[in-house]
Amino acid sequence: MSDERNGNLLEVRGLRKYFPIRRGVFSKVSGFVRAVDGVDLTLRRGETLGLVGESGSGKTTTGRCILRLLEPTAGSVRFDGKDLLALSPRDMRRARRQLQVIFQDPYSSLNPRMRIGSIVGEPLAIHRIAKGSEREHRVADLLCKVGLDPSAMRRYPHEFSGGQRQRIGIARALALNPKLIICDEPVSALDVSVQAQVVNLLMDLQEELSLTYLFIAHDLSVVEHISDRVAVMYLGKIVELADAEALYEDPQHPYTRALLSAVPVPDPTVKPARIPLKGELPSPAAPPPGCAFHPRCPVAVEVCPRVEPELLDSGTGHLASCHLVHPVGDRPFG
Amino acid sequence: MSESSRPLLEVEDLRVQFSLPEGIVRAVDGVSFFIREGETLGLVGESGCGKSLTALSILRLITPPGRIATGAIRYRGRDLLKLSEPEIRKVRGKQIALIFQEPVAALNPVYTVGDQIAEAIRVHNKVSKKDALSQAVQLLRLVQIADAERRVREYPHQMSGGMCQRVMIAMALSCKPSLIMADEPTTALDVTIQAEILDLLKRLKDEFGLSMLLISHNLGVIAGAADRVAVMYAGRIVEEAPVRELFASPKHPYTIGLLRSVPRLGGRQRSARRRLASIPGSVPDPLSREPGCPFAPRCTDVMQVCRKLEPELLPLEGERKVSCFLHHPSEGEGSAVVG
Repeated sequence: MSDERNGNLLEVRGLRKYFPIRRGVFSKVSGFVRAVDGVDLTLRRGETLGLVGESGSGKTTTGRCILRLLEPTAGSVRFDGKDLLALSPRDMRRARRQLQVIFQDPYSSLNPRMRIGSIVGEPLAIHRIAKGSEREHRVADLLCKVGLDPSAMRRYPHEFSGGQRQRIGIARALALNPKLIICDEPVSALDVSVQAQVVNLLMDLQEELSLTYLFIAHDLSVVEHISDRVAVMYLGKIVELADAEALYEDPQHPYTRALLSAVPVPDPTVKPARIPLKGELPSPAAPPPGCAFHPRCPVAVEVCPRVEPELLDSGTGHLASCHLVHPVGDRPFG
Repeated sequence: MSESSRPLLEVEDLRVQFSLPEGIVRAVDGVSFFIREGETLGLVGESGCGKSLTALSILRLITPPGRIATGAIRYRGRDLLKLSEPEIRKVRGKQIALIFQEPVAALNPVYTVGDQIAEAIRVHNKVSKKDALSQAVQLLRLVQIADAERRVREYPHQMSGGMCQRVMIAMALSCKPSLIMADEPTTALDVTIQAEILDLLKRLKDEFGLSMLLISHNLGVIAGAADRVAVMYAGRIVEEAPVRELFASPKHPYTIGLLRSVPRLGGRQRSARRRLASIPGSVPDPLSREPGCPFAPRCTDVMQVCRKLEPELLPLEGERKVSCFLHHPSEGEGSAVVG
């Protein structure tokens, strides 16, 4: 199946990342933290896929494995027809021109000793794309594109506010004309009024440059706003994936329902109908058997601790991994 | 006002300044508000607006180069700014308790949580260590920590962020204060845990008739927990109102912009992605403040007077207050003549 034909830019299959737990003097491996435990994702060209989950759900690790900033333990990552995991370090570096990343913290992700011009121009230098006055022109263009004055080039990161710094991070990510940008909590560190500016900027740039985004965030309302489709992660696995509208209007997995019900509503007349979850997030080093969510699930049934549910389509492209949505007997492939 | 009908806490014209080599930063710049018995006042604003410093000032926890320049902080009628150091120490924790944003960082990693709660009890009460520890177990039960007898002997690293915040709340309650100040108590927590902590705070507040100063940047949190709300911008309160009135009809252009820029769940219109409303520009540099209303450079309804004079926080109908010349035009005209 060619990627051009089905319009998919990125196909992630069976992605796993296990971190070894080492103990004792000889650092013997005594177990594994299953940070990402079998993730399948597809990104269509030009779309935004939101990836949500609470801390420790593996959403950031998933993003880093796709970029090979972390080596995945298993799985495949096909980007634009190429298998990224099979590439040599040199070829991977070339491929990274197409795949960029925007980080969460606009304070620690910019080198405080470099001028903005060098920060945004560095990708152009590393990949030997432009130098001298040409590079300067490109940098000025990029800064304009993200709504900053080109004179910013000669200044240092500390002279900018959080929102402006995030714009600088976006300009750097755009420098190599990438196809895919992995946005890892790009607005979580920003104030509400500025967060809206950056979300709007990302949406405008996507339209202008036909970018594809993997938008990783814990804030469900921001994700709803920017995403075409949304995937919900719990303990290293995707538990639900659907069009943004379907997911928010008709969530199927009990975890998604609980998560949505917990979001505080900025309206004092609304009485929240919260679905409480039992207990706490289990350790990803020892995930519960069967459905990993069953110990906290308000509607768990007898089969849940025994059989792990698969992520199945209910026919409309709405995927959920829950025995109540897809009873074991009804499965097409049993 | 008679002594009995007096609010529990009254802050009047509080000013906190930082003397830096680059100049003086007026981080809190003339803030006045009050909290009644049993009431929750929400203090909302973006980073750097001075909301945390306001809370720290109330317990006189501002450290150099910062200092409280002027103001009065009356708690049950006594001005806390006039107390001696030993006297204010008796207020901290005993009368007014503080809950921080980072529960894991706020706890000492080398003591068990039981020891830390017991220490807080023994600072203010003459009880034996053993009694204090058994009180700690009771407190952990109160904040709904299961298996309290075992967990009281655990260290902070053995607990999750949500658990640590419950321990912090237990510690805050240990000396039966009448006012709790919670500074972004759920910001570091996941959304499901946040909901649990907010429910817990609300339940305890009702059970013990506590007053609360709830500081948050999250308008959803404020909407769900506060009785009245004060909105801060650049070191000043720009609007104050009962919670329902504030969300139903915000008056200050900053509050209006803030409420519009919050993405809402289910706010998505039929499969079309909508641009979020945002407030143009960013917070003014505290070192080079222009004259006039601090919000004027970002305000869509800015008038000439706004760039010249600073509006005062003046009453509107009912319990509402706003500092904006749009709502108090005569104030601008009057002073403009004088100025």
